[in-house]
Amino acid sequence: MIRCENITKTYVNGDVETPVLKGISFEIKSGEFVAIMGPSGSGKSTLMHILGALDTVTSGTYVLDGRDVSKLSDDELADVRRDKIGFVFQSFNLLSRATVLRNVMLPLIYAEVPKAKRIIQAHHALNAAGLDSDRWTHLSNQLSGGQMQRVAIARALVNSPSIIFADEPTGNLDSKTGEIVLGTFQELNRKHNHTIILITHEPYVAEHADRIIHIVDGAILEDKKNIHKRVAHTHNAIT
Amino acid sequence: MKISDLIEETYFSLTVNKVRTGLTMLGIVIGIGSVIGMVSIGQGAQGSIESRIQSIGSNLIIVSPGTQRGAGVQVSSGRGSAQTLTQEDADAITKNVTLVKAIAPEVSRRYQITAKGTNTNTQVIGTVSRYPDVRNIEIDTGSFITDQQVSSLARVVVLGPTTRDDLFGVGAEAIGQSVRINKVDFKVIGITKSKGGSGFGNQDDMAFVPLSTAQRFLAGDIYVTSISIAAQDQTSMGDVQQQVTDLLLQRHKISDPQLADFSVLNQADIVATASSVTGIFTILLGAIGGISLLVGGIGIMNMMLTTVTERTREIGLRKAIGAKKIDITIQFITESVALTFLGGIVGVLFGWFLAFLTTQLAGIPTSISSGSVMLAFGVSAGIGIIFGYYPARRAASLNPIEALRYE
Repeated sequence: MIRCENITKTYVNGDVETPVLKGISFEIKSGEFVAIMGPSGSGKSTLMHILGALDTVTSGTYVLDGRDVSKLSDDELADVRRDKIGFVFQSFNLLSRATVLRNVMLPLIYAEVPKAKRIIQAHHALNAAGLDSDRWTHLSNQLSGGQMQRVAIARALVNSPSIIFADEPTGNLDSKTGEIVLGTFQELNRKHNHTIILITHEPYVAEHADRIIHIVDGAILEDKKNIHKRVAHTHNAIT
Repeated sequence: MKISDLIEETYFSLTVNKVRTGLTMLGIVIGIGSVIGMVSIGQGAQGSIESRIQSIGSNLIIVSPGTQRGAGVQVSSGRGSAQTLTQEDADAITKNVTLVKAIAPEVSRRYQITAKGTNTNTQVIGTVSRYPDVRNIEIDTGSFITDQQVSSLARVVVLGPTTRDDLFGVGAEAIGQSVRINKVDFKVIGITKSKGGSGFGNQDDMAFVPLSTAQRFLAGDIYVTSISIAAQDQTSMGDVQQQVTDLLLQRHKISDPQLADFSVLNQADIVATASSVTGIFTILLGAIGGISLLVGGIGIMNMMLTTVTERTREIGLRKAIGAKKIDITIQFITESVALTFLGGIVGVLFGWFLAFLTTQLAGIPTSISSGSVMLAFGVSAGIGIIFGYYPARRAASLNPIEALRYE
């Protein structure tokens, strides 16, 4: 599903070249729950941007679902993001004055899904993300942090992407709510077989995944199966 | 991105901050409104001046004493004061000039007219039976002066409706009554139809008497103050003007046309001169409106730029979930066009209201042409595209990664 071969990324600022990724190779199979872990400045965010088709590589190959996406144009990358990728961000990035449903259906506008299907897909996604249906017509700025992150997860799910990227999804949440959100990801992975890539700097958060890729200074330090997987308690009581 | 989604997104974005949307739109409303209002005043003035000129006759050429100057810029103090035109000149024109429909020499001067205890001061015109054909005058009741009355020095008078109202009361029966002009009694034989118009050059406030009578009893000489000639049609006017000029130069034994002791004025020249003046007037007024429209457009750009900065994260998110550059560009341009277009609609109504107020309160005629309304819509949509383009490009070219991180 995801195959990276010797990916490098170098930022050039004037005459100064800053190598951020120094040859990264790995594969992720469909249905995996992987954490990419590393301290800040390790290059994990840059790696996520490349894997999430927000950025391109300097050298190397990135194959997503059998297609080489390492050298696509901006608009081609936009199509890849639209069809194959869902994002969950640390700061939620919801349209604050729009309702929950509107936020969740936003990606479907660009995918040109017929209106009638949008509602159905949004309901599925919101149910999968575990948000109570009495919140669906609320404005997103009337929700709590945990609820907002569930809306963001539903938005990432709504167009049935191949992979969901979660960039520090618990960073703005308290530990209890963060635990519940992580539980939601585990459930999506286990029950719905979604491929999830979790980017975090916290070992504790990374330990909720099945596999941890540890990145330091732009290279993979360790890529191992997580034998001490933490299982979060999931229930819908997000407040 | 579908059109229906685009409209929905635009509606959503514009209604999020209604006050700002309204204030931004106000700039366009005032701009379009003042263009429509100002141009309508200009066009109204143009229309009313042209119809005023047309109402004095059609295809009219006026020969008056004085010096020939440039068309339409004759100094009026000279007119009528010189005594160089005679009845014979008029007869010669009738005999020799072709393409003429009718010709009417006239003697005109203001006199005090009295009737049974009332009196008024008005223009008394001594003329011949063809005068109504030349000057587009219609008779309401009674009859106009006949050739018979001209040759017999009859003391009869035809009154304009305003003069009749002043002397005998509004709408009173005046036929058969007698009035006194310059101590001579005249019998009223007809009343002309109202032509409308008021104030300066009121064509309803006049009295007509036979030419010979005016020359004998009122002026006391044989000169005429002007000769009005109606050409057969518009195309022959230049030809007639030339023939009349040549004939009179020859009759007055003047070899150099620069020294002519008369002037021949073509109505088309008067209309053209007046139109060019009112045209400049309209452009000037339109330009004043245009400046406020430009300011409104800059206001739109300013607001759109602020919006782009404010919504940087939203733009980043939209890109992250699959929006292409073109989607973002179109969305922002649509927002600005929606602002200007709605502003344009309200502006047209506002301009129409301005024109209406001007007509009602100041009595200045106004006319809103469909052309200026269409132009206003076109311009407002164009302003939306022009002033929305730069902010939209700026939004579309944002890097999604940086946009998402923007604080």
